[in-house]
Amino acid sequence: MDALNAQLAVVDVVGVRRKVDLGLLAEESVVPGDWVLIHVGFAMSKISETDAADQMQTLMILGESAAAMEEVQGYGLENEVSANEEPGPLS
Amino acid sequence: MKYVDEFRAPELIGKAGEEIRRLADSKRHYRIMEVCGGHTHAIYRFGLKDLLPENVELIHGPGCPVCVLPMGRIDDGLSLTAKPEFIFAAFGDMMRVPGTHGSPLEYKARGMDVRIVYSPADALKLARLNPKKHVVFFAIGFETTAPSTALTIIRAKSEGLTNFSVFCNHVTIIPAIRAILDSPDMRLDGFVGPGHVSTVIGCRPYEWIAQEEGKPVVVSGFEPLDILQSIVMLLGQLRNGESKVENQYKRVVPWEGNRAALRAMAEVFELRPYFEWRGLGFISQSALKIRSAYGEWDSEQRFTVPGVRVTDPKAAQCGEVLKGVLKPSQCKLFGRECTPEQPVGALMVSSEGSCAAHYNYSQHKPVTIASAAAV
Repeated sequence: MDALNAQLAVVDVVGVRRKVDLGLLAEESVVPGDWVLIHVGFAMSKISETDAADQMQTLMILGESAAAMEEVQGYGLENEVSANEEPGPLS
Repeated sequence: MKYVDEFRAPELIGKAGEEIRRLADSKRHYRIMEVCGGHTHAIYRFGLKDLLPENVELIHGPGCPVCVLPMGRIDDGLSLTAKPEFIFAAFGDMMRVPGTHGSPLEYKARGMDVRIVYSPADALKLARLNPKKHVVFFAIGFETTAPSTALTIIRAKSEGLTNFSVFCNHVTIIPAIRAILDSPDMRLDGFVGPGHVSTVIGCRPYEWIAQEEGKPVVVSGFEPLDILQSIVMLLGQLRNGESKVENQYKRVVPWEGNRAALRAMAEVFELRPYFEWRGLGFISQSALKIRSAYGEWDSEQRFTVPGVRVTDPKAAQCGEVLKGVLKPSQCKLFGRECTPEQPVGALMVSSEGSCAAHYNYSQHKPVTIASAAAV
């Protein structure tokens, strides 16, 4: 916090150090090392590492289970896929 | 950069494109609107259209604040500061927007004190540094930007800094989406919802679109994989006959939005009964004005504003393009009289405007006199 009551933080934006206002993240606990979304000089949102990783995971397997099932069904082998067997990725 | 590079991974982009082709029913034609100008820009910049099958069409929505601002408001703002004791402060993307007698930059060339600011807080700083002058901050933007303006006004009041006021042009996204859905010439299948607006308002305000209008909404990030994944999610819902609000941009957008930002907005702003949108006309309760408790920091309450109304140039078809009825290149002026260097309409000014994005990134530029001469 500086003398004028603005909650300022120094943020590394692609190598450039910028002062960013944390006033709109009053309800979040922001600590050094966090990643934030900045808009017009204000931090608007704290970026969630867990959600980013979850999303990446979803993207990696996008369409694979569906494609694998279609492939398996195409061979007429659907009865041989047991509940414990994960359809593997096709490459 | 973290949270950017991984969402541009070419192999995953290819995979997402395949999934879109798998989900899109070849007997159907899909019309999906990306509401936000940031998405429009990303779609053109990364050439995402080329990854989509022909029957998945992206319609560019009204979410570019510079583009929807009527010219009269620019004239009003500039007329306010036409005296030497004023400073006109605005974001960089406002500087080339044409008013009736020129853009803010042209006014600057004629001697007006015009400053580009990166943040409303910078405009407040200008007021502190220039106590003998009055700084008018030309505020523009959707709910993404409005909380920053609100907090700046709260700070001006708490500091007792009275040589600063805001000419408020903040608008809200939901009434614009409603106006588009009410438009008789518009048929849409779903929405790529605005990511950054939703960091503030959250995802609940879109539920009526899913429930009452039966159209799926997926709040989306801005990287190529974000947008493609959102299209996958929309097509998945359409294939299953569903319409719900989903959040693709969970890493940034909390479902409930940002309560501190909403509180700052509610403290400073109230809804205007109506506001004019370029291309969409008057929309009720679609814009914000400053509450009388903060009237001293409202340029419109403090000074006399002429209230100029200007009809757009007839030949420019900004309205039709803004509503997605016409594609940018179908406008008679596109790439000829209207270019990013010499814009006639606002859609050609902002980098988020669909005409500027189409002009800058599309491979199918029309032949202009200049380019023909160069060949």
